[in-house]
Amino acid sequence: MSPVPVVGVLALQGAFARHVDALRRLGFDPVEVRRPEQLAGIDALVMPGGESTTMIKLLTGFDLVEPLGKRLADGMPVFGTCAGMILLAANVLDGHQDQLCFGAIDVDVRRNGYGRQVDSFEADLRVAAVGDPPVRAVFIRAPVVVRTGPTVEVLAENDGVPVLCRQGPIMVSSFHPELTDDDRLHQLFLRSLG
Amino acid sequence: MAETNSGTPSPQRHDGTVRVKRGLAEMLKGGVIMDVVTPDQARIAEEAGAVAVMALERVPADIRADGGVARMSDPEMIEGIKAVTTIPVMAKARIGHFVEAQILQALGVDYVDESEVLTPADEAHHIDKWSFTVPFVCGATNLGEALRRISEGACMIRSKGEAGTGNVVEAVRHLRSILGDIRKITQADSAELFEWAKRLQAPLPLVQEIAETGKLQVPLFCAGGLATPADAALAMQLGAEAVFVGSGIFKSADPAPRAKAIVEATTHYNDAEILAKVSRGLGTPMTGIGMDEINVRMADRGW
Repeated sequence: MSPVPVVGVLALQGAFARHVDALRRLGFDPVEVRRPEQLAGIDALVMPGGESTTMIKLLTGFDLVEPLGKRLADGMPVFGTCAGMILLAANVLDGHQDQLCFGAIDVDVRRNGYGRQVDSFEADLRVAAVGDPPVRAVFIRAPVVVRTGPTVEVLAENDGVPVLCRQGPIMVSSFHPELTDDDRLHQLFLRSLG
Repeated sequence: MAETNSGTPSPQRHDGTVRVKRGLAEMLKGGVIMDVVTPDQARIAEEAGAVAVMALERVPADIRADGGVARMSDPEMIEGIKAVTTIPVMAKARIGHFVEAQILQALGVDYVDESEVLTPADEAHHIDKWSFTVPFVCGATNLGEALRRISEGACMIRSKGEAGTGNVVEAVRHLRSILGDIRKITQADSAELFEWAKRLQAPLPLVQEIAETGKLQVPLFCAGGLATPADAALAMQLGAEAVFVGSGIFKSADPAPRAKAIVEATTHYNDAEILAKVSRGLGTPMTGIGMDEINVRMADRGW
């Protein structure tokens, strides 16, 4: 492993540029990942928000499913936000028949579980792992966590529903920390790289 | 469920904030938004990897051919498309027709396009978009127009191009105009910014903000005349952050593979090897028309 970990950002579609900005602010030099060979050189990965159906098509079409699955099985740390969370989940309720998820974290989610865009919202979250002040969380057509397994750590809830979860090297959020200038959740994730 | 170490739920919930409305545009970046006129087409679009669909009764090429007044689509038609897709659904309201926009918001569409493709309802005013929860996208041919729309509350700008032509030349002109002026403004001194605001007929604070950040306040997408994977990649390389494809897909000989190829080209817009691969064997694109052959310039609508 290189002295400064190389963090990749899955850049097939979505808000990947905002994650790249956040990682740069924290002193990293992130790599945009679009092709399978780019997975080999990274120590950790951020899977951004966007449209999960589009990402699945592009992951499949460009032979990323198998190598990414392998890196996940080998324990690569990954932070998935919104669509990224859907892709990392164990089960996706009312997804498509060909819905693909990597099962990297033992949570079940429902796509667009909070409703359509007119139901999107932002709210303050208490996240004990990062302390005060609260994290301003932006939920956009967000997935709802409907089940968490016994080894999943719930780091934050909104209205009693888990919205930030961690299990070993995998961290997921229903909301979009990349849409604010508060980088504490990225920092929290990167701390796990040692 | 695992035990939580978080606190009580927050009462400070806010819907329809600028961040929430612009945020959905962020999620669509790097993607393709496709015009669809039936639930079947919506399924094809989603299957091809579209990030959103634009539900309308006629694609711009047909609106152009048919003439007459083009209006908001029938709510039943929009509902039909909403029912079969899980990706965001957009729909068009006429320029200045705030009641069409109210209806679209009530229908729960995810984005309203205040669009020059429809016949304008107001010759002087655009919709006051701040008063809506649903976000708006508006077209622009130049930076002044883009900033006027942003000042009215647009959360996404798309360069207009010339819809329904299958001809990318106007899209390129508009993108270059918007992005070229942004580049020039970043080089201007503080006194010159007043003159820029006057010349663009745009609010000074927005011009000053661009001088500081070097970019538009909201995501900038490209529309109007894109018909091939190479067209999409061209728009992306010029600096668009996503693309709209209207007539270009469902007016081509074989829409499904073309739609998929345009999605792939938009992701891999900087990778000529992949662009060469996905551009192969797509059949005949829409015929397209030259700018000297058209009677109506839709891009001229908007003030």
